[in-house]
Amino acid sequence: MATEECGYATGFRDTLGALANPKAFTGAIDLAQVESGWAVSKLREMIRIRVAEEFVGELSESGEARCPCHLGIGQEAVAVGVSAHLKSSDRVFGAHRSHSHYLALGGGLTELFGEVLGKEIGSSKGMGGSMHLYGPEVGFHGSVPIVGATIPIATGAGLACKMDGAGGIAVSYFGDGAAEEGLLHESLNMASILKLPVIFVCENNLFSSHLDIHLRQPQNTIARFATAHAMPSHTVDGNDVVAVARATEQLVARARKGEGPGFLEAVTYRWRGHVGAKEDIDVGVRRHPEELVAWKHRDPVRRLADSLIARGAMAVDGVAKITEEMSADCTEAIDRARKAPYPPVSNLLDFVYQRGGK
Amino acid sequence: MTYAEGIRAGFGYLFKTYPNVFAIGQGLWSPWYVGASMTDLDKEFGRERVIDSQVSELSTTGAAVGASLFGYRPIVIHPRIDFMLLAVDQIVNQAAKWHHMLGGQVSPSLVIRAIINRGGEQGAQHSQALHSWFAHIPGLRVVMPATATDARDLLIAATLSNDPVLYIDDRWLYDWDDEATPIVELDLARQGPLVRRQGTDLTIAAASFSVRLAMQAAEELAKQGISAEVVDVRVLNPIDPAPIVESVRKTGRLLAVDGGWRTCGFAGELLALASESLPSSTWKSPPRRVTLVDAPAPTSKPLEDAYYTKASDVVAAAQSLI
Repeated sequence: MATEECGYATGFRDTLGALANPKAFTGAIDLAQVESGWAVSKLREMIRIRVAEEFVGELSESGEARCPCHLGIGQEAVAVGVSAHLKSSDRVFGAHRSHSHYLALGGGLTELFGEVLGKEIGSSKGMGGSMHLYGPEVGFHGSVPIVGATIPIATGAGLACKMDGAGGIAVSYFGDGAAEEGLLHESLNMASILKLPVIFVCENNLFSSHLDIHLRQPQNTIARFATAHAMPSHTVDGNDVVAVARATEQLVARARKGEGPGFLEAVTYRWRGHVGAKEDIDVGVRRHPEELVAWKHRDPVRRLADSLIARGAMAVDGVAKITEEMSADCTEAIDRARKAPYPPVSNLLDFVYQRGGK
Repeated sequence: MTYAEGIRAGFGYLFKTYPNVFAIGQGLWSPWYVGASMTDLDKEFGRERVIDSQVSELSTTGAAVGASLFGYRPIVIHPRIDFMLLAVDQIVNQAAKWHHMLGGQVSPSLVIRAIINRGGEQGAQHSQALHSWFAHIPGLRVVMPATATDARDLLIAATLSNDPVLYIDDRWLYDWDDEATPIVELDLARQGPLVRRQGTDLTIAAASFSVRLAMQAAEELAKQGISAEVVDVRVLNPIDPAPIVESVRKTGRLLAVDGGWRTCGFAGELLALASESLPSSTWKSPPRRVTLVDAPAPTSKPLEDAYYTKASDVVAAAQSLI
């Protein structure tokens, strides 16, 4: 689309170039330096996330799940690539679109569906819903929908890691919209000044709620903020799990050694609307249909699967088999969540302060 | 021990006794920001634990929330509560909510210390007492010490509390002397209003600097043969109404004095909780409140003189109740 057609702000610069072009990066994932077993396990993790999110979408569509559900279908490679280099003792924080961050760390399906359905079996005891996931046992320490709000919290978790001196790191996931909030700047500055072990991961899916990045920022790369705050950054194809993992590995290694924060910009695309299961219904704003179709050709799951099949590391029906297996897991988890009780009404007051009561 | 020395003593005790306590905020290495309340703490305990931060109210507060989730007890300091408004999301949406919305599994155990610094022709953005706003938020404990001992011991209690606590001190109190008592570790959840002065004719309920005004007024009233009981609220949220209600049951009259504005303010809450709890037969006269007028703080001296509550205003309001 030409700039004029879209009403793009004049002076906008497509600094991401091919990375933001859905017609680029549609081919094979480069597995030259990658062990097949590792790649298959990453594929399984991505499919687990995709299938789980499709089920969440169905629960949302049917009205059984009533909390706002923000799906990250199409973005699975980011969380899976980043999590490949994290330990359960690391401290990861998400945002409103965080099912993938939670699941990629090994978060439970029953706890996810339970939370989405508002049941006590949920990851936040049914008190949070889709936007407030919690799984400290796998290193996931919270997600919130206030845009950018967990960025300083992750920075503080990094400060705690530094004070602990045990080589732990913190990870902050956020979207390109959060780069319009002042606290990203404040937090990057702070992390850089104090040399905190924090990895800032921007899932740049080129949309914030309903608005295209062209209408919100003068450039479409978010890593420019890392440059401004003197920290190393990588901007990668976020639909390539190998590229994401490789870039993460470098940043994580530096942070663990006490060399300070790092910034990863993973360029990707959400296939669904801002909230809910529909592809694109956000406040009457429609994305260009051709663009969505094109991005689906840049599918992180399909590309990795094709690469593995081409290598002979996976059967042609490999994706279908894994999908079936994951669907069965999700069905069971949803069944458990459905049968579980809602939180007791006493939680309303018992959970206001630490020891309950007043 | 002055009130400022009380705060400093609280910090000293915490830093010495609890290695997981640290402080972060603007101006912590400078008396210009925090007065005598933190003098040389950075030299004594190191600049790794007393962190003078960049001008970033929101991210320093968020960082304190984040560190508090991993075994630390941060105290984030806002030398002016006015500037702390830039950090409100982290206080209201994050610190106060996480325990509840994550199913009671985690609790941000940080202290947010905010300093009220009024008068001196500083004007509307250097002068606000915004405790009423924050006392409205479930999940956030709000503490306003009025004495040097409370300034010290409630700071310690706030830091040891497992809940997020907003601790508000007032620079108009910093030079007030108080008898130094041994430090006690209090359970903040068990702290509430205290009767500072016994009386029989009316109850004056107040917090922070307004307690000082109430005490001065009570002395003046005593000279006129009016016996005023002064209740220091101390903990504004969650508030324990019992001591206030008990006092009014005895005196039959209530005057609430507050350093904030009138509309939707804390003085109105005091009147409401007493009114709801006591039958009409208790009341010898309708309750009243003394607050700031609903206007931003002015700068010019004569306007400031008219704006801020004086002990004589409290005396006049008390007389009107009798």
